[in-house]
Amino acid sequence: MSGEHILREIYNSIGQDPHGLGPDVARLEVHENRVVGQHLVPGLEVNVDERPQGISATIVVKEGVVIAKPVHLCFGILPEKGLQEIKMSVRMEDGARASILAHCTFPNAVEVEHRMDAEIVVGKGAEYSYFERHVHGPKGGVLVLPKARVTVLEGGRFKTEFELIRGRVGRIDIDYETVCHAHSVMEMLARILGRGDDSIRIRESGKLVGEYARGLLTTHIALRDHATARIENMLRAEGAYSRGHVDCKEVVQDAAVASAVPMVEVVHPKAHVTHEAAIGSVDSKQLETLMSRGLTEDEAVDLIIQGLLQ
Amino acid sequence: MGILEVRDVTLELGGRKILDHLTIDFWDGHIHALVGPNGAGKTTLAATIMGLSGYQHFSGDIVLEGQSLKGVPVDERARRGITLAWQEPARFEGLPVRSFIRAAAKDKSELVCRESLQQVGLDPEKYLVRAVDKTLSGGERKRIELASILAMRPRIVLMDEPDSGIDVAALDRIFAALKLLKSQGSTVILITHSAAVLRQAEHAFLLCSGRLLDKGSVEKISGYFEEKCIACEHPNVPGPLEAA
Repeated sequence: MSGEHILREIYNSIGQDPHGLGPDVARLEVHENRVVGQHLVPGLEVNVDERPQGISATIVVKEGVVIAKPVHLCFGILPEKGLQEIKMSVRMEDGARASILAHCTFPNAVEVEHRMDAEIVVGKGAEYSYFERHVHGPKGGVLVLPKARVTVLEGGRFKTEFELIRGRVGRIDIDYETVCHAHSVMEMLARILGRGDDSIRIRESGKLVGEYARGLLTTHIALRDHATARIENMLRAEGAYSRGHVDCKEVVQDAAVASAVPMVEVVHPKAHVTHEAAIGSVDSKQLETLMSRGLTEDEAVDLIIQGLLQ
Repeated sequence: MGILEVRDVTLELGGRKILDHLTIDFWDGHIHALVGPNGAGKTTLAATIMGLSGYQHFSGDIVLEGQSLKGVPVDERARRGITLAWQEPARFEGLPVRSFIRAAAKDKSELVCRESLQQVGLDPEKYLVRAVDKTLSGGERKRIELASILAMRPRIVLMDEPDSGIDVAALDRIFAALKLLKSQGSTVILITHSAAVLRQAEHAFLLCSGRLLDKGSVEKISGYFEEKCIACEHPNVPGPLEAA
C-alpha cells in the first residue's frame, strides 16, 4: 500500500479526513514502523527515527513558544497482526505551551501489540496537555502497554486524558508516573469501556514533591460481560501546601469484576490528599429517574455509562 | 373524571404501615396537591404510583384509565404517561443537559430541548452543554428535571416538593411551568407541605399517618392544614388502638 493510501485508511478508521487539517496544524502519522505523514509548524521540533519494530521520536517545543492549535499524532496498525513500539521524548522548554491530540488505531487487530514508552519534561511555567484516544476493532486482539515518566518543573502544568471507548479494549496496562515540582499542576484522567474478556490495569502515580504542587488522578471505567479492571492509583504529597485528590469510579455489569486500590500518602504536615472510590452497579436513583422518563433499563444504563465516559 | 385511582392501598415498609387503606381519585387535567406533615405518606404514595423499587408490594390497586398498574414496571408506567420529579433530583456525572432532556423528550429535536430550558428560566446557550452533575446547584438540577418533564409531555406528573432548593426568584418560573403542564393537558400531583405550593393547586388531599384525612378545595384544606396539622404533635404512627 502507498503511504497516501495507508494515511487515508488510518484516518478513515478514526472518522477523520486526512486533508481536513489546515497548514497551521502540526501532525505526525506513523503506521507500524513507518512515518507516513508529517507536517511541522514554527517552534516545534520533531525528529523521528524509524526502527525495526516502531519509531523513536524526539519532540521539542522551544522556550516561550505557544503552539496555537493542537498537534495531531496518529499511530496505527492496519493489518490483523503487528507490533509497534513507540519511544518518545518530549521536552517542553520553559514557558512553552502545546497540546497534543493523539489517536492510536488498530481497527482490524487480532494479534497486535502497541507499546509506548515516553519521557516527558514540562519546563518551568510550561503547559503540556496530551489527549490520547484509542480506536480498536471488535475482536479485542490488542495488547496496549503505555508507559510514561513525567517531570513537571516549577509552575508547569501537565494534563493528560486517555480514552478507550470505541471497540474492544483487549488488554491494556497503563503505567504513568509523574513528579510535580513547586507550584506545578498535574491532572490525569482515564476513561475506558471494557467488554467481553477485556482486561484493564491502570497504575498511575503522582509525587507532589514541591510546595503548592497540585495533582488530580481520575479514572472512570465501565465494565460489561466478563471484563476485568484493576486500578492502582497513588498520590504522595511531600511538599508543603501540596494538594491532591484521587477519584475512581467503576460501573460493573454482568459478570465483570472491578477493583480499585487508591493509595494516598502524605509526608508533610501541611500537605493534604483525599481520595474516593465508587465501584458497583448503576445508581438506582439515576436508573429510575431515566426509566420514569420512559427509557428501558438497558437504554438508561447505556446513557448513564455514556455520561460517565463522556 | 378520574384519570388515576388509588384504591384501598395499604403498603408496609420495615413492618410499619406507611399507606393505610388509602383511596384517592385524581381528576384528569387538574393540578392536585397532596399535603400533610412529614411522615404522612405523601412521598411513599408518589413512589408507589410510579412503581419504584421497594414500593411494588401493596394491597389494593392503582388504576390508570381503568387499567391496573399492578406489576407494571417503572418504564412502562412512564410510557403510559406517568412521571415523577424527585425532591432531590439525581446527579449524572458527565451527562450533558441536552442528552438528559432529549432522552425524555417526545419530540427529540434541538428546538424542544432549548424551549423546555427556556420554560424553566434557564439559558439554553449556557446549560445545554453542561453536565447534570455536582457542578449544578440543587435548584438548577430541579429546573433541568422539570425541563425534561416538559419535553416529555406526560399525562400525569408527580412532583415531590417542587419548591425545595428553589430560590424565591425561580419559584415563579416553577409555578409558570406547572400551569404550562396543565395547559398541555397534563394532570399534576404536587406533594408539598408549603402553603405557596399548595396555592397553585385546584384541589387538595390531606394525608395523615398514611390515611386520607380530608379532601376538597385548596382553601378548605389549606386552612385546616395550617391551623391544625402544623401545630399537631401527632406521631404519625398508628397508636395502639388504631394498630389493633
